Amino acid sequence: MITFMNNSDSEEEPCNERTSLMSAESPPVPSYQDGLQASEAGEAQAHRKRRAGSSRGPNNIASGEMSGSGVPVRESILENEEEELTLKYGAKHVIMLFVPVTLCMIVVVATIKSVRFYTEKNGQLIYTPFSEDTPSVGQRLLNSVLNTIVMISVIIVMTVFLVLLYKYRCYKFIHGWLILSSLMLLFLFTYIYLGEVLKTYNVAMDYPTLFIVIWNFGAVGMICIHWKGPLQLQQAYLIMISALMALVFIKYLPEWSAWVILGAISIYDLMAVLCPKGPLRMLVETAQERNEPIFPALIYSSAMMWTVGMAKPDTAARGPSQQTWDAAEDGREHLRSPSHAESQMPETRSPVPTRPATSLEELEEEERGVKLGLGDFIFYSVLVGKAAATASGDWNTTLACFVAILIGLCLTLLLLAVFKKALPALPISITFGLIFYFSTDNLVRPFMDTLASHQLYI
Amino acid sequence: PAFGLFIFTIARDPLRIIILIAGAFFWLVSLLLSSLIWFIAVKASDPQDERLQKGLLIFGVMFSVLLQEAFRFLYYKLLRKAIEGLVALSEDGCSPISIQQMAYVAGVGFGLMSGAFSMINLLADALGPGTVGIHGDSQLYFLTSAFMTMVLIFLHTFWGILFFHGCEHRRWWEIAAVVIMHLTVSGLSFCNPLYVGSLLPSYLLMAAAAAWAYLLSGGSAQNLRRFLLCKC
Repeated sequence: MITFMNNSDSEEEPCNERTSLMSAESPPVPSYQDGLQASEAGEAQAHRKRRAGSSRGPNNIASGEMSGSGVPVRESILENEEEELTLKYGAKHVIMLFVPVTLCMIVVVATIKSVRFYTEKNGQLIYTPFSEDTPSVGQRLLNSVLNTIVMISVIIVMTVFLVLLYKYRCYKFIHGWLILSSLMLLFLFTYIYLGEVLKTYNVAMDYPTLFIVIWNFGAVGMICIHWKGPLQLQQAYLIMISALMALVFIKYLPEWSAWVILGAISIYDLMAVLCPKGPLRMLVETAQERNEPIFPALIYSSAMMWTVGMAKPDTAARGPSQQTWDAAEDGREHLRSPSHAESQMPETRSPVPTRPATSLEELEEEERGVKLGLGDFIFYSVLVGKAAATASGDWNTTLACFVAILIGLCLTLLLLAVFKKALPALPISITFGLIFYFSTDNLVRPFMDTLASHQLYI
Repeated sequence: PAFGLFIFTIARDPLRIIILIAGAFFWLVSLLLSSLIWFIAVKASDPQDERLQKGLLIFGVMFSVLLQEAFRFLYYKLLRKAIEGLVALSEDGCSPISIQQMAYVAGVGFGLMSGAFSMINLLADALGPGTVGIHGDSQLYFLTSAFMTMVLIFLHTFWGILFFHGCEHRRWWEIAAVVIMHLTVSGLSFCNPLYVGSLLPSYLLMAAAAAWAYLLSGGSAQNLRRFLLCKC
């Protein structure tokens, strides 16, 4: 989901929280506390078996600028200014989302291309019980559809469970769950990843060094994500976790199932966020009613509000990623991106002292960040990674998918500006990505290959 | 060089990045459609007939060029609407980015995408083992590909500026000139591997387009001289 982060006064409206992506400024509740809770929730979700979990988390993209929706309520003048600033800062926020998504994809593609471990098929997750090694096409298709159904139902169950937990305020449980899943992701997966990379490059490393490195990495990661830390470090950790998660997905999902799952996830995301009874929507609304930030653990936010003289809570990064993750997915939950907000902070703080009178509003507007759920990161990376791994047209297909996803993200953010409420981030991007993948692989590749062999240029 | 262009002129302003990516997207869509046409044509024809295949390829290339220009036009229309929207929403009544800047960025977007698609598989293969031209093909394959790609990227940039300028001022001959130039350059690449036939005219055309675009953007010989001599 994409939500706007409204830095506007929290007391302004409860609906400021509506777009999880948006307002960094979530409710006046002390951000860290909320964040902690949210992260716990996120972890709890992460711990869930379902990786794909709620697309809400990952799909929530908050456009800070868009958060103007909360403010205009006050005055029409303010509203106009809001909209102008919305669009003006719109580009900046889009870029703030482009960069992490691009980084994540680059990491995933680089790993896929160089480390062969992630393209070998060594079995499947228990969420995709049907094998794809069947002789006939029809059987394979059937198996992949069944796999998808299993996966989606796990995600739905997890999401509903998370929403129930949130509704009944079982924050401790969610918190513990999130911590556990992030622990697993940070330590176990990093260990595996590091091991494979070292193997590929034939670099020797002794166990004590490895232990120290992983321990440092994991400990700092836990602190950064769940507690305080520099914004950029937090963002970096979230990106790393998304990439690790995506890599695990790429490795363990059989091919056709992966594509069908991607398609089904976007449909699910669309329904879960937009339908009145959708779990994600209920989660967002509950969070708004309680004036709390949505789980920070599962959302990447590009702007954070710091309580620096302005008494604006740090709401930026807290966005729960609805995704219910299984143990492996825990990392996903972790992917909050509060760090984004922090990066916003330094920039916005300087204008503040110079214009004290209007600084409040400006602070609100400028500090608006965009929040994007971690699940979104993961699925984008899965799409691009699979394109890199399995396409025979290699880089062309990967590049095409990459551009398609970015354009989808742009369009989604545009819609966010128009509609000003939480939106699913997956459908448009994934649809574009899938279309471009299949068409580039089958249509463009022979064309380009023939052109290249004759050295013709178009 | 194209990447340098990107870093120095585009990466600062987020709006330009968006326009760039959208431009690349439009080029991609045009490529998709043209390869669809070519694919259908190839499947519908006899794969054994060499001359027919070559003819189809030429047809595919020309069609693709025309489609690219058509998409450039569509992109121009879209950018016009976007500018109107930006102007309406801006505080002081003028848009944060002018149509010429957009033309430049759009051109770079097209160029980067086409360059990337032309070169990237080549680069990936170049990293691996092998000998260039082992079957009697030219040994300068990589070099000439690199130069050709570079000239194409620059050409796309200049064509973008010329094209948008022509659309703005309704000078159809400018637009026609761009299309003809594009067709010429693609056609020249048919002379490969006779590289002197394709590279040299392409570079000459590029110089001409560069000068034209420069003049259109308001430059002049005096500006150039002042810039080169570092006067202010």
